[in-house]
Amino acid sequence: MTKQQANWSPYDNNGGSCVAIAGADYCVIAADTRMSTGYNILTREYSKICKLADKCVMASSGFQADVKALQKQLAARHLIYQHQHNKQMSCPAMAQLLSNTLYYKRFFPYYSFNVLGGLDNEGKGCVFTYDAVGSYEKVGYSSQGSGSTLITPFLDNQLKSPSPLLLPAQDAVTPLGEAEAIDLIKTVFASASERDIYTGDKIEIVVVNADGIRREYMELRKD
Amino acid sequence: MFRNQYDTDVTTWSPAGRLFQVEYAMEAVKQGSAAIGLRSKTHIVLGCVNKANSELSSHQKKIFKVDDHIGVAIAGLTADGRVLSRYMRNECINYGFTYESPLPVGRLVVQLADKAQVCTQRSWKRPYGVGLLVAGLDESGAHLYYNCPSGNYFEYQAFAIGSRSQAAKTYLERKFENFTDASRDDLVKDALMAIRETLQGETLKSSVCTIAVVGVGEPFHILDQGTVQQMIDAFEIVGEQEGPDAAAGQEASAEPEQGAGAGAGEGVAPMDI
Repeated sequence: MTKQQANWSPYDNNGGSCVAIAGADYCVIAADTRMSTGYNILTREYSKICKLADKCVMASSGFQADVKALQKQLAARHLIYQHQHNKQMSCPAMAQLLSNTLYYKRFFPYYSFNVLGGLDNEGKGCVFTYDAVGSYEKVGYSSQGSGSTLITPFLDNQLKSPSPLLLPAQDAVTPLGEAEAIDLIKTVFASASERDIYTGDKIEIVVVNADGIRREYMELRKD
Repeated sequence: MFRNQYDTDVTTWSPAGRLFQVEYAMEAVKQGSAAIGLRSKTHIVLGCVNKANSELSSHQKKIFKVDDHIGVAIAGLTADGRVLSRYMRNECINYGFTYESPLPVGRLVVQLADKAQVCTQRSWKRPYGVGLLVAGLDESGAHLYYNCPSGNYFEYQAFAIGSRSQAAKTYLERKFENFTDASRDDLVKDALMAIRETLQGETLKSSVCTIAVVGVGEPFHILDQGTVQQMIDAFEIVGEQEGPDAAAGQEASAEPEQGAGAGAGEGVAPMDI
């Protein structure tokens, strides 16, 4: 008597990769704009990035229908917060809200792999990385999605502090400037789109700093 | 005469066909500090008088943002007003979530009115003791509504509620014909003038009043004290030149204003108008 298998799945994976890097006074969040299903491309121009608050931006890969629902939920909760507190939510506050929202659906999760980036209350860049059910951590940089296995080792090489146990002793990583971080993002996506079939078309890069939020695009391989 | 026999609960009619508890609730609105609203084709301005309990305390918040395109000014039991504002905000958020578009004001005021009506037909409830001036923008233009504790609502070109609101209404009746095509700034000035009328001689300062604006291309927001004071200073001089207008000539208003006068026993029941 074999176990009964489901004849359909409520989930689909629309592919794509997301990256975020935090700096001393800025944060860069980037995602490719390809939306796929199986071996097909649905569109080359879909944004996976959503502005949740004045200084808080989220990029999510995975099942975009769940991502859209999650974004709408957070936006509605943010409106309520603004009515009650008369101010925007800070990035760390939004980070906790996102975690709680994800865990709320622990037993029918949002198929959404998120990276939250922005400025904290002191204006320093911060990045929070999540799994599908809300486990999260504040980090200096992160990558999620289909290309994350290709991107993360490269970011580790460039950004991770060297171990204090190494001999000869190596310098701590120098703080990255905004322009260098954007350059690194472009390099990383260019590499990922070479080998990950689900990453490509275009990168959408969002930069959050004291002056506000600005957006940049870069073309990628279309194949 | 017979009021006291039939006014114990809201589910008892009087022989004259009135619900006194509801009328008493409308009385509570008249006791609150004044709130006024006026609209043009493209903008609506809400204003209210900040009355503090004592010199030591702060004044109560009477103007609430409900959504980018809707705001409300209240008079009466401010606690009831706060609760209703929260309800309105929730409705706007839920509608926006479902339909990805702003809740039309006309729909919101009907929901509010129905909510108020429920409290006039349940023996275990009491009517809300607050009048709401709802200002909102939707596809069909700029709107100003007044929601009663009775569950009635009316649309206005301009209106005033609360204590000494008759003075403001008199001013608005004189000027309302100009409102439709007035500029945003003129509308704010008229709002300040109307508020000044309710102050009965007290000096008009930005600390005594609150002004909020919503209009085409301008989401609902409360003007900050500095801006309000500037506008007061700008027209106060003009006001001196004009001189206090003769109170005579209170023409019968053509606009659908409520005959709020006789709330007491005799005369037409207010909510029947």
